[in-house]
Amino acid sequence: MIGVSVLCFLLSDLAPGSFFDEMKLNPQISSDTIAALRSQYGLDQPLPIRYGHWVKSVFRGEFGYSFAYNSSVRSLLVLRARNTLILTTLATLLAWLIAIPLGVWIASHPGKWADRLSMGGTSLFLSVPELVLVLGLLYLVIRTHALPVGGMVSTGFDHLGSWEKVGDMATHLVVPVITLVLGSLPILVRHVRASMIEILKTPFIGAARAHGIGRARLLFRHALPAAANPLISLFGLSVGGLLSGSLLVEVIMSWPGLGPLLLESSMSRDLYVVVGVVMSSTLFMIFGSLLADVMLVIADPRVRVE
Amino acid sequence: MSPSMTGKHKIVAAVVVLVSVHLAILFAGFVTPADPAAQNRDFPFAPPSSLHFVDARGHLHLRPFIYQWTQRPDSFNEYEESREHEYPVQFFVSGVGYRIAGLVPSHIHLFGVEAPALIFLAGTDNYGRDQFSRILYGGQISIAAGILATLISLALGSLVGCISGFYGKWIDESAMRFAELFLVLPWLYLLFAVRAFLPLHISPTQTFLLLITVIGTIGWARPARLFRGIVLSAKNQNYVMASRGFGANDVYLMRRHVLPHTYGVLLTQAALLVPQYVLAEVTLSFFGLGLSEPNPSWGGLLATLQQYNVLVSYWWMFAPALALVVVSLGYLSVANAFHERLQFDSI
Repeated sequence: MIGVSVLCFLLSDLAPGSFFDEMKLNPQISSDTIAALRSQYGLDQPLPIRYGHWVKSVFRGEFGYSFAYNSSVRSLLVLRARNTLILTTLATLLAWLIAIPLGVWIASHPGKWADRLSMGGTSLFLSVPELVLVLGLLYLVIRTHALPVGGMVSTGFDHLGSWEKVGDMATHLVVPVITLVLGSLPILVRHVRASMIEILKTPFIGAARAHGIGRARLLFRHALPAAANPLISLFGLSVGGLLSGSLLVEVIMSWPGLGPLLLESSMSRDLYVVVGVVMSSTLFMIFGSLLADVMLVIADPRVRVE
Repeated sequence: MSPSMTGKHKIVAAVVVLVSVHLAILFAGFVTPADPAAQNRDFPFAPPSSLHFVDARGHLHLRPFIYQWTQRPDSFNEYEESREHEYPVQFFVSGVGYRIAGLVPSHIHLFGVEAPALIFLAGTDNYGRDQFSRILYGGQISIAAGILATLISLALGSLVGCISGFYGKWIDESAMRFAELFLVLPWLYLLFAVRAFLPLHISPTQTFLLLITVIGTIGWARPARLFRGIVLSAKNQNYVMASRGFGANDVYLMRRHVLPHTYGVLLTQAALLVPQYVLAEVTLSFFGLGLSEPNPSWGGLLATLQQYNVLVSYWWMFAPALALVVVSLGYLSVANAFHERLQFDSI
């Protein structure tokens, strides 16, 4: 984390221009005012000192100061990060809930039509970039008027009852979540299939089958736990892919998450907001791989011994 | 075995498609009928011209022809075909000047129609510019960005990877920690952040160079780790040790015995990275952080879809997306083939 923040600051120092440069174009604002603003936010000081200030503000729980919003970065981040978390968590859960049964089922019929269909389908979907997927889905949804798109809640959200609020948010969630699930599903299904096929070839599965254990029990109680290890590691990695995907989905479907904030602050050079967004996305990723490690320890006794 | 044979056919098909797309893009001036920047203010958002074989009197024509679009009276961007005059599609016609592959001046185009009429294979955009020409010319920028960024990434990655794998110790340790720093960041966020800190308003050439440098530099870590792994295992092979024993120096060892091991991975990585980086350029341009108007690039072309009415009404504006999908499908199949071949070789 410290490394990431140092990297961010180093890059920011390379950047010519700053948030206040646009103000220079305005004849009503004198250069003295800009200089005063710059010194107020500490932009005229050398890099290490600015970094020190920033670290101090992290310990105060502020994460720096947004020039555009005129508030601490934390207050911006918390809300946006919550929205991104809602979206990505749901998408991750749903994607895995679909991928595991589907992958297992396909792996139990290698070479059959379902297998071929899924391999063809996944390789096609793998090369459809998320950007295109988002636009295509958006087109379909708008043409059919089936679901609301854009934003997180309808206008007049505040007047709804608490259950209606949940329902309203859920309908707004459908399209972004479907996009993210479709984007991440092919890779997951492929990996589940590959590791299941590997396990189904092993002798202990043959022995279990010889003992007369039923198909469903064999697949889900005997084979799946044995195939779980690489999948859990994949889970940690897939968080990153989902985050990048959600960046696109959020911006295009105007979901008020971290993505639009990042784009906006990139455009207006709102330095500390950019750093804050990158830091929190990194935090999500680290959290994802940490979760995967914990799950690995729970799932695999060999890891526990080491 | 039959499955591997069908696999082989698929790969051949993928390579053929990929090569023809690249050739079409490279010789965009010849393949396209129009200048990508030429505006036809009378035809904003005209749909693709449809090819006809049977004319209004029921006569069959062997040479396909088109009708000129005319805007319906009292309508906004709605067109109908004016049936009075047929314009047969002609091949190897002379038209606006261009340079073959950017070098040799020429004015011969693969196909076209006679003067007052205009042929729009993929419709037109909001300024009435031929979308087909813009896709091919835009491909020049997008694909070139992908390939150049891949070269940068692989050059950096192999350099760091080889040095850190070959010399080990603290060099290896620090380089790999640094790589982890890049791997832990979600790369699209990093890309946006880095782009944020770089100047926005600069000339197109500068933007292009900046884009490929940023995209290429950010992606160095993964190839570096792969190369390090290979170099590490290669340098401990007995014949490498023997060669060292005979007094071979580091550069010779690296060039002669270690690097050849990395070529397979190098190719696979290249085939994987090119579509990824093309997509990176497309994404940045889509959000207005890359190349901007009037220079066509696939992301810039897709960006018009951000307008609600364009997204809903003009389906041919999705054509660049199709080009993008075809290119990435091609590259990914080739990467897959390389990968399978590598695994086969190593057994």
